[in-house]
Amino acid sequence: MEEEKINIVTLADEGDLSETDVLENEPQGKSYEVETKNLSVFFNGRPAIAEINLKVRKSTATAIIGPSGCGKSTFLRALNFMHDMVPKSKVTGEIFINSRNISEFDTVDLRRKVGMVFQKPNPFPKMSIFENVVSGIKLNGNKEKKNLHEVAENCLKHAGLWEEVKDRLKQPAVSLSGGQQQRLCIARTIAVEPEIILMDEPTSALDPISTQKIEELIFHLKKEFTILVVTHNMQQAARVSDHTAFFYMGKLIEYSRTRRMFTNPREKLTEEYITGKFG
Amino acid sequence: MEENKAHTSVFAKPKNLKRRKIVNSIMLSLCVVAAVISILPLFYIFFYTTKSGISSLNLDFFTQMPKPVGEAGGGMANGIVGTLILISLGSIIGIPVGILAGIYVTEYSGGIFSNLIKFVTDVLSGVPSIIIGIFAYGVIVIPMQGFSALAGGFALGILMIPTITRITEEMLKLVPQSLREASLALGVSRWKTTLQIVLRTASGGIITGILLAIARAAGETAPLLFTAFGNRFWSTDLNQPIASLPVQIFNYAISPFDDWHKQAWAGALVLISLVFIVNLIVRIVTRDKFANKV
Repeated sequence: MEEEKINIVTLADEGDLSETDVLENEPQGKSYEVETKNLSVFFNGRPAIAEINLKVRKSTATAIIGPSGCGKSTFLRALNFMHDMVPKSKVTGEIFINSRNISEFDTVDLRRKVGMVFQKPNPFPKMSIFENVVSGIKLNGNKEKKNLHEVAENCLKHAGLWEEVKDRLKQPAVSLSGGQQQRLCIARTIAVEPEIILMDEPTSALDPISTQKIEELIFHLKKEFTILVVTHNMQQAARVSDHTAFFYMGKLIEYSRTRRMFTNPREKLTEEYITGKFG
Repeated sequence: MEENKAHTSVFAKPKNLKRRKIVNSIMLSLCVVAAVISILPLFYIFFYTTKSGISSLNLDFFTQMPKPVGEAGGGMANGIVGTLILISLGSIIGIPVGILAGIYVTEYSGGIFSNLIKFVTDVLSGVPSIIIGIFAYGVIVIPMQGFSALAGGFALGILMIPTITRITEEMLKLVPQSLREASLALGVSRWKTTLQIVLRTASGGIITGILLAIARAAGETAPLLFTAFGNRFWSTDLNQPIASLPVQIFNYAISPFDDWHKQAWAGALVLISLVFIVNLIVRIVTRDKFANKV
């Protein structure tokens, strides 16, 4: 047990370990990129997550960890109205994006601001690599005569895929490997210029090398985008995130700086989970 | 030692190996026989129709009008054109309604209403085509006070709807939910997602369904007897009775004249080829540009 802890510390970074909880130490009145107030989601009348209060600052990466079925994905999907598609679901509480209540947004506009990358790479099978990257722009009917090739090149470079695909942009997206497909999906997401990117276990279907590439990508992307990433992999959370939220049974148990969470968790439950006593 | 024993036992011959092999080959041969039986009729029909029809098939058959009894020669130009017109009319009605209904059932509706639509389309696909003809007779022919190409096209369109609806529905169900979510998460509206992502992904299967529906409609005779009626003369007027290959084949085949029988065979050959050519053209035009690359 002890060994794993030490391991995690080195994986995080060598900063000040005594740093205190982000929530307690934040100056009041400062605006957050994402803020939820008493957010609950019900399926068939049963709560999947209950009364979640979480604040996320701009240009940070926040990891959401917790055992299966604890509501991590449910929380993430609530942030861009993905529960719309699920019959008999109900969302209560408030969500603020850039201090604006999302009930003021149109669903479509909201989703352009809040992009999402899914667990399994899901490129559009009938489109080429190039078409996939610009699909969001094209389907949104962007009338501006932007140079689509330039946009595609930029986004692919951003996603670290350009060198691998620059000579085969016309080939079908499904001819890429799983890891490349996932980076393509990330390129496709950033092409519509969102402010926030939600990632729902983006590496759980990938091999270790692809996983490493995606993690490096998250690390770079958080300079420009606010990233929320759900992960089952605690080392991953430690490596890529600034803050970590621990969910258990639909509740937010602890939300701290990642360094603190993995070295000196406040809650007993958190400690038991990250040391592998359950989960 | 214990381990070793277990290891070898995997490779030891089981006692009933012989029986297993026999059962296996019996099942395999049954499958082969069934496969052969299922393709034999098609080859036989092709062979027999070609053999009987090819002798009367010449350029005149495609360009000439039917000649009166006793006069040699003549063709079925009016029937060929009529069939094309009727199929087009049927497609104009059947394809959009069928596809949109299929989209509605899978993408938008849930619960009782969608089950009701599924049930009704299943029943409709089982309704004998002659009854569809009587329906079109009641709805179009009587109010318009006469047989017409329009009524025939309407009847064929109704016949096509259940096939296309069901296949659209089945194909859309195969499109993974994750693609819909991917598109929606890009801020693409629901209808564009359905049209540009879901329908596009399922297009191959839906086209097959449409072709099946067209092939079936092209060969229908019964519903046309009450609606398009048939016409000995050249007509492309949608408000007038119109000739069609199946009806013409039927009329010629039940006649007592030998030339007409030959012409009926030629007509049948043309009808089969027509369906085949339409199939081929649609396949080529809509082929998947990635089909051979993945």
